[in-house]
Amino acid sequence: MTANSMPAIKVSGLTKRFGEVLAVNNISFHVNNGELFGFLGPNGAGKTTTINMLTGLARLDAGTINISSIECTRNPKAAQHLTGIVPDESNLYPELTGFENLCFCASLYGIRKIERQKRAKELLDTFSLTDAANRKFAEYSKGMKRKLTFAAGIIHQPPILFLDEPTTGIDVASARQVRQIIADLHHKGTTIFLTTHYIEEAERLCERIAFIVNGQIVRTDRTADLLQPIKGKNVLIISIADGAKLPEGLSSAFPQYQFQSNMPGQIRVESLEPVNVGPIVRFLEDQNTPVIEARRHLPSLEDVFIQVTGIEAALMRKEKEKAGGGGGNQ
Amino acid sequence: MKRWIAFWNILAKDMRAYYLKPPNISWGIIFPLAWTGMFFIRSGSGLESVMTLLPGVMTISILFGTTSMLAVTITFERRGRSFERLLLAPIFLELLMLAKTSGAIIFGIVNAFVPVVIAAFLVDLSGITWALVIPAIIMIGIVSTFLGLFIAVSVSEIFEAQTFSNFFRFPMIFLCGLFFPIVSLPIFIRWLSYILPVTYGVDILHGAINRQHIMSFTLDFLVLGAFCIVLFALSLYNVKKKWIL
Repeated sequence: MTANSMPAIKVSGLTKRFGEVLAVNNISFHVNNGELFGFLGPNGAGKTTTINMLTGLARLDAGTINISSIECTRNPKAAQHLTGIVPDESNLYPELTGFENLCFCASLYGIRKIERQKRAKELLDTFSLTDAANRKFAEYSKGMKRKLTFAAGIIHQPPILFLDEPTTGIDVASARQVRQIIADLHHKGTTIFLTTHYIEEAERLCERIAFIVNGQIVRTDRTADLLQPIKGKNVLIISIADGAKLPEGLSSAFPQYQFQSNMPGQIRVESLEPVNVGPIVRFLEDQNTPVIEARRHLPSLEDVFIQVTGIEAALMRKEKEKAGGGGGNQ
Repeated sequence: MKRWIAFWNILAKDMRAYYLKPPNISWGIIFPLAWTGMFFIRSGSGLESVMTLLPGVMTISILFGTTSMLAVTITFERRGRSFERLLLAPIFLELLMLAKTSGAIIFGIVNAFVPVVIAAFLVDLSGITWALVIPAIIMIGIVSTFLGLFIAVSVSEIFEAQTFSNFFRFPMIFLCGLFFPIVSLPIFIRWLSYILPVTYGVDILHGAINRQHIMSFTLDFLVLGAFCIVLFALSLYNVKKKWIL
């Protein structure tokens, strides 16, 4: 394998333990040059710990890490000039202005004054922060802080970029802008490792996705391949009254459909043929199961995620938003 | 070259963000002024005591200036996670920590000269061996800063850093020969003086200012250098062990 055909990131047997807790359990994956790779999982799945190990903020207990064919398992500094990181929390200097923060971050990569000032101005413009350039970071709104943190992560134009939940906790417009910038960076050839709990975000942006649950990768595949089994499927979601039970005989009454009830008060109907709503609703009502709502559902990566991990995506979102606030899932 | 751009900018950022802020400038001037005034007045022996007190007041100004500032700046950046940004940059940890401590060293050195400037108005300083005083101030600045660094990276909260600093600083006032000769200390605690780095810095200053030193200057400088290396190495070890989990 030549250096160019080597993956941008290659991880093998990565393991991390915090006391009794096995945060990352023997995971292996690779990210190709110029690829946008998604790391999808709920809170506490091991996403941030993995990024921390890849970037040198956490020691690994076992495994190997290669970045751009540089062996950096024991020496994470060796590849830090090639990587940019946008952490899950804004971590710039509150007492510096937006412009000063960007210039300072550029200087950490040895960029000279004229060049770093030029890049800082360009990025402030790209992220629509020019008007706030001379305001202190402490005075920025949450969305502005996230955007400036993103800008600081790419000021040195890294060929490999780690994005840890880049749209969590920011407003709709900012989230859209950040997603567009991610797409542009990918288009320009940047290798991107993106962790997110927003399934739609991963579906929209990533070429390949790994599902991580409880520190283990349960599936890695191309996004198109992950979506293949649900293509052409018709899904109906029926909400029933709280406490109502899934009536017996539903499956035998409608053998052409598949019924599931992953969440209390909700029935999921799947079929390759169009689902006829009326008879099912009538059957449920006859069985003393009041129907609140029946809606058609367009199958997405969320369905694959639920199928593979057994985790309800809505619960995952709620949990994360409780922890981090906001929502960039628009 | 790239690494030195990073080094210089970390230092410049810290100077601008912390050390050149009005509260810290006033601390840097008022604190040594207060110590100077307090000891000169309390000594009650007139202007002749100025030269005797000068080494101790200079040292105490450096010690409190460096340890207080570093305890706040490092712990504050660690808590705000902005320190992670430095750890993620392609700079060796050794160079990074030197950049982070250089501001405090400069701050300490400047503090040391506040009592000197006051003394210059009161007594004749022409007899002082400046060729010894200057390197001694620098070495005391470095060793105090590294002591502050060691404290800052051993704790996680600012108040812990302040408390831990006082645990070292206040005994040093009495044990290191700043104002009371080590030989006048009870014999059973005298050994403590020799395991504290400031003792050796103050000894050089007493020798350079009053010709009253108890150890050779070479030994003083060597021991100070050894303390600097050990404290810096221990701090790096703690950063790697505690901050890179």
